[in-house]
Amino acid sequence: MSLLEIKNLHVTVDHHEILKGIDLTVDRGEVHAVMGPNGSGKSTLAQVLARRETYQVTRGEVSYNGKDLLAMKAEEAACEGLFMAFQYPVEIPGISNAYLLRSALNAIRKYRGLEEMDAMDFLPMLREKLKLLDMDEKLMSRSVNESFSGGEKKRNEILQMAILEPKLAILDETDSGLDIDALKTVAQGVNATRNPERGIILVTHYQRLLNYIVPDRVHVLVDGRIMRSGGPELALELEEKGYSSMEAEARSTASV
Amino acid sequence: MIKAIQRLDHYLESFTAFEKTAAGQGLPWLRQLRRNAFARFCEVGFPTAHDEDWRFTNVSAIAQTPFLLGGNNRARPLQLELEPYQVPGFACQLVFLNGRFAPELSSLGKLPVWLEVSSLADQIVRNPGVIEPHLGQYVDIRRDAFCALNTAFVEDGAYIHIRRSAAAEEPIYLLFVSTANDTPTMGHPRNLIWAEENSQVTVVEDYVSLGGGTAFTNAVTELVAGDHAVVSHYMVEREHVHSYSVSTLRIQQGRGANIASHSILTGGALVRNNVHPVLAGEGGECLINGLFIGNGRQHLDNYMLVEHRSPHCASRQFYNGILDGHAHGVFHGRIVVHKDAQKTDAKQTNRNLLLSDDAQIDTKPQLEIHADDVKCTHGATIGQIEEDALFYLRSRGIDELSARRLLLLAFASECLDRMKPGPARTHVEALINRNLLQMGDSAPDLAQDLSSSEVERNWSEIG
Ligand SMILES: Nc1ncnc2c1ncn2[C@@H]1O[C@H](COP(=O)(O)OP(=O)(O)O)[C@@H](O)[C@H]1O
Ligand SMILES: [Mg+2]
Repeated sequence: MSLLEIKNLHVTVDHHEILKGIDLTVDRGEVHAVMGPNGSGKSTLAQVLARRETYQVTRGEVSYNGKDLLAMKAEEAACEGLFMAFQYPVEIPGISNAYLLRSALNAIRKYRGLEEMDAMDFLPMLREKLKLLDMDEKLMSRSVNESFSGGEKKRNEILQMAILEPKLAILDETDSGLDIDALKTVAQGVNATRNPERGIILVTHYQRLLNYIVPDRVHVLVDGRIMRSGGPELALELEEKGYSSMEAEARSTASV
Repeated sequence: MIKAIQRLDHYLESFTAFEKTAAGQGLPWLRQLRRNAFARFCEVGFPTAHDEDWRFTNVSAIAQTPFLLGGNNRARPLQLELEPYQVPGFACQLVFLNGRFAPELSSLGKLPVWLEVSSLADQIVRNPGVIEPHLGQYVDIRRDAFCALNTAFVEDGAYIHIRRSAAAEEPIYLLFVSTANDTPTMGHPRNLIWAEENSQVTVVEDYVSLGGGTAFTNAVTELVAGDHAVVSHYMVEREHVHSYSVSTLRIQQGRGANIASHSILTGGALVRNNVHPVLAGEGGECLINGLFIGNGRQHLDNYMLVEHRSPHCASRQFYNGILDGHAHGVFHGRIVVHKDAQKTDAKQTNRNLLLSDDAQIDTKPQLEIHADDVKCTHGATIGQIEEDALFYLRSRGIDELSARRLLLLAFASECLDRMKPGPARTHVEALINRNLLQMGDSAPDLAQDLSSSEVERNWSEIG
């Protein structure tokens, strides 16, 4: 049984079909990169997997860890070990980062029948992860993502991932807008969480991140369909040629 | 004719009986104060929707009910029933039943010589000369029929006097209990807080109810802050849903005085919260902070009148509203900058969350500026719980109901954060948390929500 099996997934937003039949299988221990031009549906895929209800699944199925993912609510999916790092992390004034992290961790632990973690045990763990991501502890008492820089927001997503220790992590353009040092730190954070039990989907527009996190498979998403899949070399090819030839190909398929 | 409908005849009876036995009935100035006020009340009657200041609030339910003054004294609550209202960390706790001081239920503790806390009736009897210069000198009975009515029945409430340069570390707690059962009952508590020059004090007025009957509480507080005095005032309205509550806080600020008014409204069927600071001395500062949380058919009306009468004063109004069910909220923020009040810095913000399709808010800024060198800003927002934020929390494993409540708490914490840490804040924080834990579960269906264009207008500026 694979960790994630997406079969013929069709997704509509506002009567507009955005994903037009996606097939994708991710096994434990694998890193898959999903690349594609802007507007091709990468975030839609990520958000549907994280169970955002505003996206309507019209066809297809998704099995996650042997369970029907599409029957889960967002919080259930999270408790089942699915994590999505947002392309645009949300600012939530009035709720501190530390509070969110501990509430999230404890919600998940409770779901799994584990005891809640108290501040005494939580703090050392938090400190260790903060160090890994080169983040200032002061950020934790500030409101979630509020007045964070772009880089701080992305690191904060990876911090959450590192603390929640998901089975499947979907990182939506966590690399975009990061300078090279921040990119390395984020990649280091992701690599540190790589293990044989965990699947990772890296959604990215550029190949650069893949220099630091080497994927097992690369998929190219164009206009709601996966046009090609291959090994890491596919990313390099894309870097050279761009998406235009594949976009043309997608248009011709669509018109058939 | 209108007056007959409003049962003013009933008030005449009450007033005639009251006047005969009221504390200080032998004091000519006090008798005159009461009579003038009652005459004024009879002249204008209760306000109607034609009155610009009452456009959004219909008080006919108050006008048409014959309330018994002071209530039935045989139904006095026991100490035991008041136990849930004991709060830690306060210097003293005064309990008032339908506006009248209940010494057997109060604990005055041992207070320093520079801090005087007693019932107003007690002061009227023992030291009328001390209160005469202040009582009724600040509220405008001509402008407001409820203030006139309160002044007509002025007798009891709290009297707080803090001497020059003294600082009370522990706050003073005033508990106003309405105890109506079968007979609709009214009380007109009148409080006088006199903070002399350079003194510091915190006062909490907490309005609660025992017994399930219809009650009308019409409170007036005159807060006189001398030069450089620092005063925090909290008003908590948490009476039950058969209560009508009108309260007026009239603040008179001296030079450099720094006043904070915090209003927390969670209870009552019909609530009108008037806050009226007058920045009379140069360099004064006033924070007017409030949170109103309505549910069911509650009507919560906040009427702010901030008067800048001297130069270099700053006022900050921040009111947040959370409305669910069929609740109706009102925020009317009036700022008057008088001719000589140059360099005024006045700010007003009203933010509202509507949790249901039937909840309603009317928000109205009203700026009257007669000076030319001033800075006045105002803004209001009306929105719903943001779907983005909700999904973010849920995607981290927090269930939907908890996530909603968390977001409500976060919204409320904007108001809490403006309160100085201490027993008063701790008290209201606990109340707010308890209140919000009962909310958030009647929110409209999200999918439905998103298809409407409302969400895109989240937090749009409307002021
Ligand atoms: N909530 C939405 N409402 C309407 N259209 C949307 C919404 N989200 C995405 N889309 C549209 O779906 C397409 C794919 O968007 P997205 O998944 O964000 O692409 P990507 O992440 O690959 O840039 C775009 O054309 C976008 O405009
Ligand atoms: Mg995207």
